Amino acid sequence: MQIEKDGPDRIVVAGYIIVIGFIILLLRLWQLQIIQGDEFREISESNRLRVINVQAPRGIIFDRNGIPLVKNTPYFIASVIPGEFDSNNVDALSKILDIPSEEISGKISIKKQNPFTTIRIKKRLSFREVSVIEARRTDFPGLIIEIAVSRDYIYGKTGAHAIGYLGKLTPGQLEDPEYKDLPRQAFIGQWGVEKYFDKTLRGISGQKIFEVDALGREIRLIQEKPPVKGDDITLSLDIELQKEGEKSFEGLTGALVALQPETGEILGLVSSPSFDPNKFANGISYADWTAITRQKNMPMLNRALQSQYPPGSTFKIITAIAALEEGIIDTTTEKYCKGRMNYGKWNYNCWKKKGHGSVNLHKALVESCDVYFYEVGRQLGIDKIYEYALKFGLGRETGILLGSERKGLIPNTRWKMATKNAPWFLGETIISSIGQGYVSTTPIQMAVMMSAITNGGIIYRPVIIKGMNPVPLGKIDVKPETLKIIRDSLVGVVDEPDGTGQAAKSAITTIGGKTGTAQVVGTRQQYSKNSKNIPEKYRDHAWFIAFAPGEKAEIALSVFVEHGGHGGSTAAPIAKKVIEAYMLQKEKQEKSTDVQN
Amino acid sequence: MFRIDRTLIRNFDWLIFFTVIAISVIGILTIFSATRQPMESTQSPFYIKQIIWLLLGVLGLIVFVSFDYIWLSRISVPMYIAGLIFLLIVLISGKTGMGAQRWIGLGPISFQPSEFFKLIFIIMISRHFSSVQEPIGIMSLLRIFFVFVFLPFMLLVKQPDLGTGLVIIIIFIALSLTRGLQKKALILTVIIGFVSMPFLGNLMWERLEDYQKSRLIAFVEPGVDPSGIGYHIKQSKVAIGAGEFSGKGFLKGTQGPFRFLPEKHTDFIFAVFAEEWGFIGSLFLLSLYFLLIMRGLDTARKAKDDFGKILALGITFMFSIYFFVNVGMTLGIMPVVGIPLPFFSYGGTALLSNYISLGVLINIRTRRFALFY
Repeated sequence: MQIEKDGPDRIVVAGYIIVIGFIILLLRLWQLQIIQGDEFREISESNRLRVINVQAPRGIIFDRNGIPLVKNTPYFIASVIPGEFDSNNVDALSKILDIPSEEISGKISIKKQNPFTTIRIKKRLSFREVSVIEARRTDFPGLIIEIAVSRDYIYGKTGAHAIGYLGKLTPGQLEDPEYKDLPRQAFIGQWGVEKYFDKTLRGISGQKIFEVDALGREIRLIQEKPPVKGDDITLSLDIELQKEGEKSFEGLTGALVALQPETGEILGLVSSPSFDPNKFANGISYADWTAITRQKNMPMLNRALQSQYPPGSTFKIITAIAALEEGIIDTTTEKYCKGRMNYGKWNYNCWKKKGHGSVNLHKALVESCDVYFYEVGRQLGIDKIYEYALKFGLGRETGILLGSERKGLIPNTRWKMATKNAPWFLGETIISSIGQGYVSTTPIQMAVMMSAITNGGIIYRPVIIKGMNPVPLGKIDVKPETLKIIRDSLVGVVDEPDGTGQAAKSAITTIGGKTGTAQVVGTRQQYSKNSKNIPEKYRDHAWFIAFAPGEKAEIALSVFVEHGGHGGSTAAPIAKKVIEAYMLQKEKQEKSTDVQN
Repeated sequence: MFRIDRTLIRNFDWLIFFTVIAISVIGILTIFSATRQPMESTQSPFYIKQIIWLLLGVLGLIVFVSFDYIWLSRISVPMYIAGLIFLLIVLISGKTGMGAQRWIGLGPISFQPSEFFKLIFIIMISRHFSSVQEPIGIMSLLRIFFVFVFLPFMLLVKQPDLGTGLVIIIIFIALSLTRGLQKKALILTVIIGFVSMPFLGNLMWERLEDYQKSRLIAFVEPGVDPSGIGYHIKQSKVAIGAGEFSGKGFLKGTQGPFRFLPEKHTDFIFAVFAEEWGFIGSLFLLSLYFLLIMRGLDTARKAKDDFGKILALGITFMFSIYFFVNVGMTLGIMPVVGIPLPFFSYGGTALLSNYISLGVLINIRTRRFALFY
């Protein structure tokens, strides 16, 4: 045979080739096992272990009287492990879950996903669906039922702006080191108390480490770290007051802030229209999100903190205090109101065309005479008004931790020069002294101001949590008598027959308050004062700021209704209802504690 | 002819026999480990079946050692015809397994005729290559190729059993080169080979089933489909690499039992072994195969006639190709062609046919002295 005769022994050549083959295999083994061994060992360990985050039960949020405002509800999810699921079962599954089979197969067949990662097909299964699936478990290999916990907001829209909602981590938060310990699909507070006290409420999620096979089946539990429940939070909100406030704002746009004057605790915070946080809490659908954000009246805007409008006549309180403190007037000082004030060639009208006649401070506040304050303001000058307004917390943030807030604006001569590059005109002082012109405030600022007038001049940072140490931001240097004079006059606004705030008069408590009507620019000339005939967008904004009871205030509040027309007719009744709701709830709580004692 | 006497036992190749038995025993231990059920207490019966098949294999080996291998040449034509008929039967009424129909049922037993066909094929080629002394000319090479290679190749590809199809072609080429061709035939083969490669490749590609295509794609570009074949290669490399120097230890491997490895007890069994026994264990196992192959080549050199020589070479090449392709595949340096590791992987038909082939090899060595009888 040729093998021996023809050149080198070919079997020996074959042997060499095989030796080379072995050397290649050994080199490759060396590479995989020795050089890259550690790396592959690590991958094989993580292949084997599955770490499951166990969601910690989130803390419950209570109202100030211990009524729960949220609850954690477990619910069931139908999920599929694509690697195990038989695609012939899609139609049958679609019938059980009542969703189109295209949707199911679409979710399952997404490319580039690990076939052993579960895919959620339907959330919030009904009891019937769960039992059908459980009963037919063997017919659907790869179909599993998972349990998750949803956050339910018991009162829906009520208090939504204060309580807030949960949402998925945003791309920005995923980068944020604060959230680095959270699983990527975690829901965290994205609004209101849920956001600002997220760390408290969140708790510490636990972990379960399972040994798994490649089908993702858990084979045994290796390690377990139980979750730590989040802390409960008791809000300063009074849900009864809140409900009443939101009910009163039905169909209206605006805001209400009610504070406890002695602590700065927020008793109620309404921003109307509101939204349903339940829609957000478990992942909002795109359709719902656009529906909410595209609404013209912007339900996601927290008007209590963010809408800034001229305070109108409510600002007269500041002008009055400044004048009293500066000695420009006392309670007996009288001005004559003939329905307008002439200044140079300009006429400044009082809202009462035929005039108030001779007015002192009390009457000027009770009947809200414009001319009186034109006159006083002119004597004070804008910079003095600015000084007092700022002392009472206007023109700056109140410091509430609940979302971004606006500062409003209190003008002065320097401000005008800096921003408008123009000198200040006296006419501007005149309209500023009745809260028109450049002056603008937010509802929460007005509530803080009202509180300070009733608590002896202390500005507290508004807080939403009950029982925290009050945070005084400053004590205003005003004479107690000054504040007393103002308070008495404000009670007169509601109580006296000529008072502008009579609509707030209550049978169960004394209420003091001040109406305000902020002009929408250039309307007075065109329309009569009868606001009902004016198209809504030209109607004035209505304010009412109030406190109760008159002797020793326990609640101070501000009500603002956009295009509400007259403060006295639109805003004052809301204030009354809310104050009464608070008083009744308080009485009920006291009774029940008496019974317990 | 079935005489078993003392000389036969004395000349029996105990070295190669025990080398292969060692491989099979390690194989059974690895099958045991790979198929243990982490969730259930019951042990799957794979390893028991494999033990039974091993005993059958040894029996088959003894039978094929006991008669003079020259008989194989004499009955090669009817065997070859029968082999082709079996392949046809598979095509017509075969059972489907793993996306291909390779099995035929014979009562309770089902077996893969292609496993036995390889040996028949080698016997047939050996007979024709040894029938003349001179280097083989172009015409007879072409005749042998079309009748004994191309025809069964098409039948195998149709099943589709791409692995076996390729193996017989490679065996044929290796045997041709070792046997010696006329210079013209050699040159022509090389030229035709090069010229037709793209064409053949294209033809092959068209004939491939989707799962075969995806195997090739995944080999060229493992990142394309991490859950499909590329995923298998990756998990195999993870298993082997995780073994590091000394392995995780027997029954401590996780890639196989937890199903990260596909075909863990058949095609990817080497990965399961390497995870548990590490570089050292792999080195030992590879040494056993090295011994087997070298002993096979030595048997060919010492064979008393050309038929025995070429037959021994063919069998040794077959073992080598299976070994290199399988281990290369688990190491990620060969495409995933579904072929098992000889004597090691789970699979009764393959184990039996391999032991029979080994029996033929031992037969040739035992009867290497022309004056034996």
